[in-house]
Amino acid sequence: MVRSLSFTLNGKAVKVDADEGRMLLWVLRSDLGLTGTKYGCGQGQCGACTVLVDGQPVRSCSTSLKAVAGRKVTTIEGLERKDGLHPVQQAFMKHHAFQCGYCTSGMILASAALLEGKPKPTREDVAHHLEGHLCRCGSHPRILDAVMDAATGKGGGK
Amino acid sequence: MKRRDFLQGTGITGLVLFFSADQGFAQERDRPDRPNARPGYPSDFNAYLCIAPDGRVTCLVGKVELGQGSMTALAMLLAEELDVALEQVDMVMGDTDLCPWDMGTFGSLSIWQFGPVLRGAGAEARAVLVQMASERLKIPVEQLVVVKGIVSRKGDTSMHVSYGELVAGKKIERHLEKVAPKPVSAFKLVGRDTARKDAREKVTGKAMYAADMKLPGLLHARVLRAPVHGAALESVDTSAAEAMAGVKVVRDKELVALLHARPDGAAEALSKVKAKWKNPVSDLDHNNIFEHLPKTAPKARSLAAMGDLAAGEKAAAQVVEATYTNAYVAHAPIETHAALAAWEGDKVTVWASTQAPFMVKSQVAEALGLATQQVRIITPYVGGGFGGKSGGPQAVTAARLARLAGAPVLVQWDREEEFFHDTFRPAAVIKLRSGATREGKITAWNCNVVGAGDREAVTFYAVPNQRTLSAGSWQGGNPKDMHPFAVGPWRAPSANSNNFAHESHVDSLAAKLGMDPVAFRLLNLEEPRMLRVLTEAAKRFGWVAKPAPSGRGVGVACGHYRGTYVAAMAEVAVDRASGQVQVKRITLVQDMGVVVNPDGARQQAEGSLIMGLGYALTEEIPFKGGDVLAKNFDTYEIPRFSWVPKLDITLIDNPQVPAQGGGEPPIIIVGALLANAIHDATGARLTHLPMNPVSVKAALKAKG
Ligand code: FES
Ligand code: FES
Repeated sequence: MVRSLSFTLNGKAVKVDADEGRMLLWVLRSDLGLTGTKYGCGQGQCGACTVLVDGQPVRSCSTSLKAVAGRKVTTIEGLERKDGLHPVQQAFMKHHAFQCGYCTSGMILASAALLEGKPKPTREDVAHHLEGHLCRCGSHPRILDAVMDAATGKGGGK
Repeated sequence: MKRRDFLQGTGITGLVLFFSADQGFAQERDRPDRPNARPGYPSDFNAYLCIAPDGRVTCLVGKVELGQGSMTALAMLLAEELDVALEQVDMVMGDTDLCPWDMGTFGSLSIWQFGPVLRGAGAEARAVLVQMASERLKIPVEQLVVVKGIVSRKGDTSMHVSYGELVAGKKIERHLEKVAPKPVSAFKLVGRDTARKDAREKVTGKAMYAADMKLPGLLHARVLRAPVHGAALESVDTSAAEAMAGVKVVRDKELVALLHARPDGAAEALSKVKAKWKNPVSDLDHNNIFEHLPKTAPKARSLAAMGDLAAGEKAAAQVVEATYTNAYVAHAPIETHAALAAWEGDKVTVWASTQAPFMVKSQVAEALGLATQQVRIITPYVGGGFGGKSGGPQAVTAARLARLAGAPVLVQWDREEEFFHDTFRPAAVIKLRSGATREGKITAWNCNVVGAGDREAVTFYAVPNQRTLSAGSWQGGNPKDMHPFAVGPWRAPSANSNNFAHESHVDSLAAKLGMDPVAFRLLNLEEPRMLRVLTEAAKRFGWVAKPAPSGRGVGVACGHYRGTYVAAMAEVAVDRASGQVQVKRITLVQDMGVVVNPDGARQQAEGSLIMGLGYALTEEIPFKGGDVLAKNFDTYEIPRFSWVPKLDITLIDNPQVPAQGGGEPPIIIVGALLANAIHDATGARLTHLPMNPVSVKAALKAKG
């Protein structure tokens, strides 16, 4: 059913008139023009479409518009801070934790959420947390390095 | 076509320098059998650089950035030679209107092939500019230095002129014939860890891939697809879809597409289409394919024939015969195929995710009955290729639909389509029979390859009596009934299958003789580069000589691919109850000649090893009756974080050998490496890839 729905997107209030059953991924990419969120599988199996809803990672390909009404949505475009890139973004750059970059938005958002709740994870914690995120280029070791590095930076009282 | 005419179309001024950026290009140019290999493109260069009046350096090459980092490495080489900052260099890649012809980006050869000549071009351009500066500043060339694109007198910057100022208002064209780059010892940038040029865009979500392109009036298309390969459409009812608001149905012969302003709208419309198909009868499946392939394969090519096999076997104390098989595997890049096509008058522009934009240009022109000048392909960032984006069927579809709809059309395959339309790595059957003396010398080697293809099909061991036959190929030319769907290049084509067979077999021979597998290999290798990587790997891994199976779960494999030598050792743990294999660590030593970009090469090696875990342990296309039963990542398992072993990678810097391809070699050894480690752990020899829990358990049971 077409409805007018409001939510907060990257810190700004947005209103969309759309069928509330539509998946957030397509609303973000085609109605709102935010293409940093990627399609990889459409069934919650790859993690490329991950966004944060109230700080928690969700798969936007399998999350309806209705489910985010009135909530806070953060996409990769909204992670940057006033004083620069998010520490996880910086660490991904430093470690070249990507090759083709297609899985990267999802990896970064999921990692940022992890560090928010667990600022000092072990490497195993990170691997476990990202298990549902696929990377065909084999960037895994560098992604783990990057997240661990970002965590240390955080712990260092930044 | 002439250089000048080509440049006319691009509207470029300033200093332009043309050059041929790889040796293969010049060789190919002279092939009389390919007179029209690059229609409409000049044949005397395949790259050029320009220095614009604003001082920016642009390098235009037909290669594309698939994730392998060539955008950065190529820019680094230029910046180094020109003495400009890396930030001043822009790479324009894979745009068929602006870039000279290129065959395609395969196997990350770009950096290694382009390197020397690109450097030469940078050096030449710098020389021209310094000469101009000398005339302008009235200072002899020897007294000038260049820093970040600004020329001044050594130790006195009061008199200076920038590259941009020098070329302003001019049009200077040069063609490079000879290469005289800086000595390696003078490098300031190359050989250092450098931030990738695509880094910021990729971590901020700003990097644009084909499906991210936007144009006013854009329509998203979903195409009706056959339920199984070879099915014929009998009837189709689109009335329910047509009743949906905003849906446009386009039909042209076999093509039925649903168009909508939103991608999910098009998908919903497609789900409402009722179609009747006539499916072909096929009883082929992923189990019986291995009996089918040898029966349908074309006549075999002889790749090696040396000595006397019978005499070789007679001299042997042990003879081993085995058949190795591997399943079809998918490329499965996380970015599915996508293309956006837009017409302007009688010219179509297609933004496509492809590894071969110039090939796609020809495909689009041919399919739509256009002259090649009417087609422009632009390649944005590509979300992984691995050989699977070597053509552009989705670009053809998008161009057709955009013409029919009179609007820009974007096609992005969904995951199921990606699996269905993929050109798989061919399933293969490799029969090997070989023998060795009690002392461990291999005396006979008889190899019969079906399906895999020729690369690395001939043994790299020094065997006096050998024969190798190979039938069928990933390159096409197979009989129609051989494979039930399309096959194509998959990262290091042929070599994965062949290396798995060879290196498993050599291990079996060593085990039969009761010899340590490393010692046995060293005894039969002659190539010094191979001996060196193997010895080095043994040292780094801490290899303790023991015949297999030793129960430790350690394995070894070595290989050669396109001028690069690799050796690896692994330690695995096999869970006998579940059949799960966990790889604990891998040590890899690679000799790829001169290492231009150590971090990039290491990154490629890591990616190769991890991707290799997939075809070794789980990846297999299940199919039946023409249907591809892999539909998504739950029915086709690729490597995940929990699989990743500890990696110890060493790149041997070998200045005696020019830079070789580095993007693929390590992947070829993963199959045998793990098979050998599993054998060492359990005594069970697996001869089929993937070695998934079911087959590991079956092998353990068969062993008793
Ligand atoms: S696209 Fe949503 S999880 Fe893959
Ligand atoms: S970087 Fe290519 S899929 Fe992860």
